[in-house]
Amino acid sequence: MIIQLLSRVGAKGIAFLDTFGTSGLFLFHSLFAWPNVRNGFPLLVKQIYSVGVLSLVIIMVSGLFIGMVLALQGYNILTRYGSEQALGQLVSLTLLRELGPVVAALLFAGRAGSALTAEIGLMKSTEQLASLEMIGVDPLRRIIAPRFWAGVICMPILAVIFSSIGIWGASLVGVDWLGVYSGSFWANMQDSVEFVDDVMNGVIKSLAFGIVVTWIAVFQGYDSVPTSEGIGRATTRTVVYASLAILSLDFILTALMFGDL
Amino acid sequence: MSDSNNNFIEVRDLTFYRGERVIYQNVSLDIPRGKITAIMGPSGTGKTTLLRLIGGQLKPDSGTITVDGQNIPELPRKELFELRSRMGMLFQSGALFTDISVFENVAFPLRVHSQLPEEMIRDVVLMKLHAVGLRGARDLMPSELSGGMARRVALARAIALDPDLVMYDEPFTGQDPVAMGVVVQLIRLLNDALGHTCIIVSHDVEETASIADFIYVIADGEVIGQGTPDEVLHSDSPRLKQFIQGLPDGPVPFHFPARDLSDDLLAGVK
Repeated sequence: MIIQLLSRVGAKGIAFLDTFGTSGLFLFHSLFAWPNVRNGFPLLVKQIYSVGVLSLVIIMVSGLFIGMVLALQGYNILTRYGSEQALGQLVSLTLLRELGPVVAALLFAGRAGSALTAEIGLMKSTEQLASLEMIGVDPLRRIIAPRFWAGVICMPILAVIFSSIGIWGASLVGVDWLGVYSGSFWANMQDSVEFVDDVMNGVIKSLAFGIVVTWIAVFQGYDSVPTSEGIGRATTRTVVYASLAILSLDFILTALMFGDL
Repeated sequence: MSDSNNNFIEVRDLTFYRGERVIYQNVSLDIPRGKITAIMGPSGTGKTTLLRLIGGQLKPDSGTITVDGQNIPELPRKELFELRSRMGMLFQSGALFTDISVFENVAFPLRVHSQLPEEMIRDVVLMKLHAVGLRGARDLMPSELSGGMARRVALARAIALDPDLVMYDEPFTGQDPVAMGVVVQLIRLLNDALGHTCIIVSHDVEETASIADFIYVIADGEVIGQGTPDEVLHSDSPRLKQFIQGLPDGPVPFHFPARDLSDDLLAGVK
């Protein structure tokens, strides 16, 4: 009974490590399979368009609303202490350090990650990956690498855009609607936000999220069972795993960056 | 038979399992150079699997597969991809790249493996598409093609580089009688003109027998018959006879392995 339980746990553990190792090797191969510039660059640009540019709308709209909500909530609390001029500081630090990278990454996982998984999974099920291999082209170089790099490049940019729009949204609500004095809104923000500590740490976070989300997305697609059900499951797994990874990684990174460890 | 110069592909003692199911058990066969060899057999016997094993997409559990003197399962990735650039394969589903046009699909292998100028690529692609009767469809996207048309485009793509080995997986399925005749002729013509080695996987007995030089019939994980089309068509082996004549009853099972029908029905719902 106990032996059985142990062996079951062991088998699960081995299976987990096996998948982890496979996906690690997979990442390694696509990372070090940077295609030559002449052929690779157009592929990369195309992917940056579909992964990054097409995600802009959802990122911008969400950023705007999150910034507006933050300003509204923050104002209500700050005004109780008569310190509503600190609104700029509150909103910008929240967005740059946490909400920008995290929410942008979650949206990115839902919008671009799931699309990547589904696209690659369908390529697998329609034998396009197999036919690439038979033509003598490594799908890791041709299909996976440009998508991976596009995700890694786009994620920090999207997060910065998210935060910027969020701050603008906050100023719309805070300054233009609720009447916080615009001089103190912006001056407070300028005083308290450090470029390296806040802005760059946020960018580093989103870079890490970009790597993890795209890695999970392309691997799930490549590893999916090539049936309609399998692709559906792989897409779900991408969103679930990526979201969990983002949130837990965020805790670790926050502890390292701002936890004075 | 074992003269390696005359055989482009030699398969020796091939064993392959898919999960628990035995697909091949100690199979050996030779594909002669410059000839059309047909692999026939009932569906589900792993004919496509054999092509994938030859292409190195699957690894056998044991045995060797030698293509032009190189043992595929042990070939390093780089050499394997080089060797594959000399192979063309027509997939059962066509497997066209859905994000690029018919023209670009056929041009793809040329762009990857040759340094030809754009002008020449255009000429080659149009010639290949003309051969399969789809020159006028060059600007369509794969999603706009019927199944048979897609397969003909895939055929044009498979032969775009004039490879040394062309593997056709079910080239006749889904073709109307006219296109069927053209495809059969085309395969024969290409082989006569270019002298490349062909493998045709099919279960269309008549069409395949009309163009093949040599036929292997595979069933139950082993070779049950081999020879020239004439020998195979007039063989006395009961298993071969049943397959060739399409008889429902005989030693080749029509049913997937299962217990007795009456037992199964009487067992009821658990």
